[in-house]
Amino acid sequence: MSKGTLFDKVWDLHTVGTLPSGLTQLFIGLHLIHEVTSPQAFAMLRERGLKVLFPERTVATVDHIVPTENQARPFADNLAEEMIQALEKNCQENNITFYNIGSGSQGIVHVIAPELGLTQPGMTIACGDSHTSSHGAFGAIAFGIGTSQVRDVLASQTLALSKLKVRKIAVNGTLNPGVYAKDVILHIIRSLGVKGGVGYAYEFAGTTFEQMNMEERMTVCNMAIEGGARCGYVNPDQVTYDYLKGRDFAPIDTDWDKAVGWWDSIKSDADAQYDDVVIFDAAEISPTVTWGITPGQGIGVNQSVPQPEELLEEDRFIAEEAYRYMDLYPGQPIKGTKIDVCFIGSCTNGRITDLREAAKIAKGRHVAEGIKAFVVPGSERVKEEAEAEGLDKIFQEAGFEWREPGCSMCLAMNPDKLQGRQISASSSNRNFKGRQGSSSGRTLLMSPAMVATAAIKGEVSDVRELL
Amino acid sequence: MVSEVKTVSGRGIPLVGNDIDTDRIIPARYLKAVTFDGLGEGAFIDDRTALKGEHPFDQPQYQGANILIVNRNFGCGSSREHAPQAIAKWGIQALIGESFAEIFFGNCVAMGIPCLTADAVTVKQLQDLVAANPQAAVTVNLETLQVQIGDYTAAVAIGEGTRSTFISGTWDACGQLVANADQVRVTAAKLPYVGWGNLTAS
Repeated sequence: MSKGTLFDKVWDLHTVGTLPSGLTQLFIGLHLIHEVTSPQAFAMLRERGLKVLFPERTVATVDHIVPTENQARPFADNLAEEMIQALEKNCQENNITFYNIGSGSQGIVHVIAPELGLTQPGMTIACGDSHTSSHGAFGAIAFGIGTSQVRDVLASQTLALSKLKVRKIAVNGTLNPGVYAKDVILHIIRSLGVKGGVGYAYEFAGTTFEQMNMEERMTVCNMAIEGGARCGYVNPDQVTYDYLKGRDFAPIDTDWDKAVGWWDSIKSDADAQYDDVVIFDAAEISPTVTWGITPGQGIGVNQSVPQPEELLEEDRFIAEEAYRYMDLYPGQPIKGTKIDVCFIGSCTNGRITDLREAAKIAKGRHVAEGIKAFVVPGSERVKEEAEAEGLDKIFQEAGFEWREPGCSMCLAMNPDKLQGRQISASSSNRNFKGRQGSSSGRTLLMSPAMVATAAIKGEVSDVRELL
Repeated sequence: MVSEVKTVSGRGIPLVGNDIDTDRIIPARYLKAVTFDGLGEGAFIDDRTALKGEHPFDQPQYQGANILIVNRNFGCGSSREHAPQAIAKWGIQALIGESFAEIFFGNCVAMGIPCLTADAVTVKQLQDLVAANPQAAVTVNLETLQVQIGDYTAAVAIGEGTRSTFISGTWDACGQLVANADQVRVTAAKLPYVGWGNLTAS
């Protein structure tokens, strides 16, 4: 049993009580909603005659269905229009703050909450989206939930949950040039497996994470869920406080000092007890690419698609399925795999520093012939910041399309989709079969800089050759 | 409304494979709706199309089955409740597997669908038995924590708290959570951040 970790402290502070089932009733400090998983929850609320208990602790935006080319209303897609109208109506009727398109602060829910300063250390956060784990970068405990649980949070500002175990994942040392936060998390998932985290909260600790900026920490925590963990977090530190200070919803004046004092107090104790500890060396991590149909099927860019006998027996069945689906054969080098589409964006890697790293690679170069490459900022603010720095020009001159903010081709609930058997280099978080909008489309996950490299070379390539 | 879930009886359907994610259970294009209606048709739709009628959800011998037997880490990936909703609308009332992804499991509990676990060998036996005799009567008993297929009986497991919510019919936590609104306010008042910034209650 863990003791003295940030997870334990936050859990205890937010515990309302124990339910007859033995589950904990946990207070949720911030509830984020979007258009896909909330309309049914509001309908359930209406059916039961319930009201939103703490409307001021729920914040909404629209991201999944938003088109990234033409955002004029009504949307060309009637179903998308119906979804955004449902959210508009539900927010209005229930007094919920809504960052709609054109508000200046709309974007992917996991991008906007941190940039608005809504996400703060020590909070509990819930959202009907599995990548809510992203907010753990601030030392918040953040859960992805389903629609019935969205209803529960709306009605009671609480969730019925059982406590998780805590695994400390320490990565120590400085990352080599060309190795990014995305590579770190893909390396961890590859090592511990896509179900390795089931039953756990992941605490990311060690000097590698201490050296990361907030965007990098968000990338890592974003994908904790891909390793099976319900949430992931990094203890708050000066980097966290520097990021938060002055943001719209950050505490001000004397509240700021009180806040920092409290945030310092909820960090994991030096002698905290963990249920498990795993240690990695940053120097061993190389630019990583997935070759299969789960985020755990990753390899170094200079490695080859594994032979079945190199894998654990329990992983062979899905590996066989992945060889067939991806049209890759065991022993094939991943480097040199031809690419059709390159996508930079998503809640994993659609933030300003992601775009800066990709732009460094794109600058003064050009996308290879026949490649469709596009960049989708994670929010209206990211877009504005990137344009102020001239990143849009760098990308456009290099032959990338520059789009409006949204989830885009990460899950393709909007017009951005792979066609047929197209294969994409993507900075997103999932390479599941059919994930990017074509039932036979294929996805290779990698860092934004590696996606930019793939766009320029027209094939999977080592970013270090372009640094 | 009788909401106790003590036993689920009917017929089994095996679905072999580890790490079957919720995008495969229901592709994103089926999420473009403001209700859960019609999701049953979309359950495993891309896998079914690719397998041209050979997917268990299409095979005639499994039509009408209500107990889904899966392998490891079933339901990983997206938090979409559309996934268990799709399975439920197809007709599934209980799942047995080696392990389930947590958000999927939580969604199933919130819908009143028990997900029980068994070791890999037992799950394989259950899948083989159902495949050999799709018409066999299957019963999952949450009180005795056993699954029975004909003469074969095996142990299944589920967390005690969750089990008790099914047996007592209290798996829908919403009512209990709402009933504690006063304690919720007391807890909120003790949290320093609830008083900070613009999100403070007006």
